[in-house]
Amino acid sequence: MSKIAEQTHTEEMEHPVSPYLRMDRIPHIWCPTCGIGTVVRCYADALEHSGVDLDKASIVSGIGCTGRVAGYMRLDAFHSTHGRAIPFATGLKLGRPELLVTVFSGDGDLVGIGGNHFIHAARRNLDILVILVNNFIYGMTGGQNAPTTPITARSSTMPFGNFERPFNLPHLAESCGATYVARWTSLHIRRLTKSFREAISRKGFRFVEVIAPCATLYARLNKLGTGFNLMRFYHDNAVIDHDADTRDLDISFQDRIICGKFVDKERPTYSEMMHEHFNKILGEKFVPLPPEGGMLRDTEPKKSPKGKKPAKTAEPKRKTSKSKSGDK
Amino acid sequence: MKTDPSGVLTGQHYLDGDHACGEGAMAAGCRFVAGYPITPSTEVVERISRRFPMMGGTFIQMEDEMASMAAIIGASWTGTKSMTVTSGPGFSLMMENIGLAAMMETPCVVVNVQRGGPSTGLPTMVGQADMMQARWGSHGDYETIAVAPQSPQEAFDVTIDAFNISELYRVPVMVMTDECVGHMTEKVVIPKAEDIEIVPRKLTDKPPGEFWPYVAGKSMIPEFARAGDGYRFHTTGLTHNERGYPVMSAECQQECVTRLVDKIRHNAEDIVRYEEEDTDGADVVLVTYGITARVARRGIDIARRKGVKVGVIRLIVVWPFPERRIRELAPKIKGFVVPEINYGQIVLEVERCAAGQTRAALVPHMGGTVHNPEDIANAILEAAK
Repeated sequence: MSKIAEQTHTEEMEHPVSPYLRMDRIPHIWCPTCGIGTVVRCYADALEHSGVDLDKASIVSGIGCTGRVAGYMRLDAFHSTHGRAIPFATGLKLGRPELLVTVFSGDGDLVGIGGNHFIHAARRNLDILVILVNNFIYGMTGGQNAPTTPITARSSTMPFGNFERPFNLPHLAESCGATYVARWTSLHIRRLTKSFREAISRKGFRFVEVIAPCATLYARLNKLGTGFNLMRFYHDNAVIDHDADTRDLDISFQDRIICGKFVDKERPTYSEMMHEHFNKILGEKFVPLPPEGGMLRDTEPKKSPKGKKPAKTAEPKRKTSKSKSGDK
Repeated sequence: MKTDPSGVLTGQHYLDGDHACGEGAMAAGCRFVAGYPITPSTEVVERISRRFPMMGGTFIQMEDEMASMAAIIGASWTGTKSMTVTSGPGFSLMMENIGLAAMMETPCVVVNVQRGGPSTGLPTMVGQADMMQARWGSHGDYETIAVAPQSPQEAFDVTIDAFNISELYRVPVMVMTDECVGHMTEKVVIPKAEDIEIVPRKLTDKPPGEFWPYVAGKSMIPEFARAGDGYRFHTTGLTHNERGYPVMSAECQQECVTRLVDKIRHNAEDIVRYEEEDTDGADVVLVTYGITARVARRGIDIARRKGVKVGVIRLIVVWPFPERRIRELAPKIKGFVVPEINYGQIVLEVERCAAGQTRAALVPHMGGTVHNPEDIANAILEAAK
């Protein structure tokens, strides 16, 4: 009975992740049993326990259901155009190198319309964290076929079932040079949060794919029940295999989903490569963009007098990772 | 404020318009450039990529023009002045995010070294057919600003102006140069840094918590906060309120779009810039811009020798258009003549402003080379009849 009495006070209690959310924008737009909210919660938890300076953390989204995430996070938040979250984040990161930049968007946005940007940012090893929520479908526009839709699954534009081969995203990311690659489902709350924390602490192009239920469209079009049924499906069919070869991570319709942390290695980031190269070639003449960015200011004394270099590192200080797979 | 001397190559130079444009950007304090190779604009970023490492600038060659445009918007939100450079086909690809820059009110500069179009057109040869695209190219209602240099020296000068205007009004500013100006080599004088006035990014004085990114007072220009300073603001390409939060309503759309457009329209008189010559008592007034203004000199001389009083309005800022001046001149003259390397773009604007009080004759050229000055002279003589 006392427990019930305590619960009457919960209205005044703050939600544990509310400092990380724009509570003035809640309720959010996501459907009941959508998986995105859970992923946001895990990300907020990871931010809380990573000790990052939130004032220096930026989030960029594209367009779509997951594209709305930037709008709910209480960080410097950019809701950009469809597919262009990664290049937008590229400018943000290179414009002010001390920022911790997260791209948070969906499968259609990041690897459909934005696929080219995805592979090039991974190739450059741009120092950003990319969180991709994969619901196998274009949700915001009404359930059209995605580059992730499993073969035979139905979508509104593949009414007889999909016959296009979908991407194997961890493999794509690894092939292009990502330094951290993991896949979880929105059921794996603890592991997903841990993965986000790890990824936040690493450098380079870090990629976390999260399989999440879309009850309104994907499940309905494919007669898979509710979000709850999909979560139960993840429970029964998700296989954790950290050592899996990313070539074997294709997802077939209503088949097992291999999860885990597949890549965790060190590779010099775009900025590190640039700095090292210019230092070698240009020596004292090289003046890197300072960590706080290239903004010219009237009020401040000049940041980098000639010949003297500003602070050496352009990356935020983070723990160094242990090389798992021996990059050399 | 005076510019940062590290980007200023003071002295007399022999430069082509593309290199001069790049020098203008560096002199203006630009420290982030994203671009994708395309003829005839590439020399701009080639020069920048060679000089940037010595002045704390970052150049990145992106995977395409959509990415380039997105990247400079991202960089601009850190307070770093940013620019991208392209030509026709790339300009088309940038339109999506030019709309985003307009909607988010992001200061940035887009250089278009115009070539012949449509489509791949004439990659190495001149055109001026993107003038309307500079104004209307992205979907929806918005206003941008466009400048058009007629020489390498002016390419240097107006690129600095473009950065300054984009800071003042928080809009993307287009430098609409062309292949001829871009590849024409002339004397360019770069002044001392202390003689180059620049408009720095003005950051809000409000503390975090009291700041909303799209509160705009009478000036219609909201205050700016950059990423990483603790404001934790939100900005979006969706129709948004003063907080930068999406609001899907006709009322919010009305407020949001009206301000985006009016902040330029209501300040148009301050932004427009043109050179005016001998318009008092003129029979015919030539309205011209870019390389065509140079070519037209010979046409004007021919017509004057035949006794026609020719006045000239040379547009330096093309958008917004000097509407008031054209309207004033219209009833006093026999006609306007508008030579341009397209099949009629700016002439439509002249015609609109003349509002039936006089004629506006187009001297079209489909591109690939500049006009024959005789054609311009003949059009002037015809208009003077």
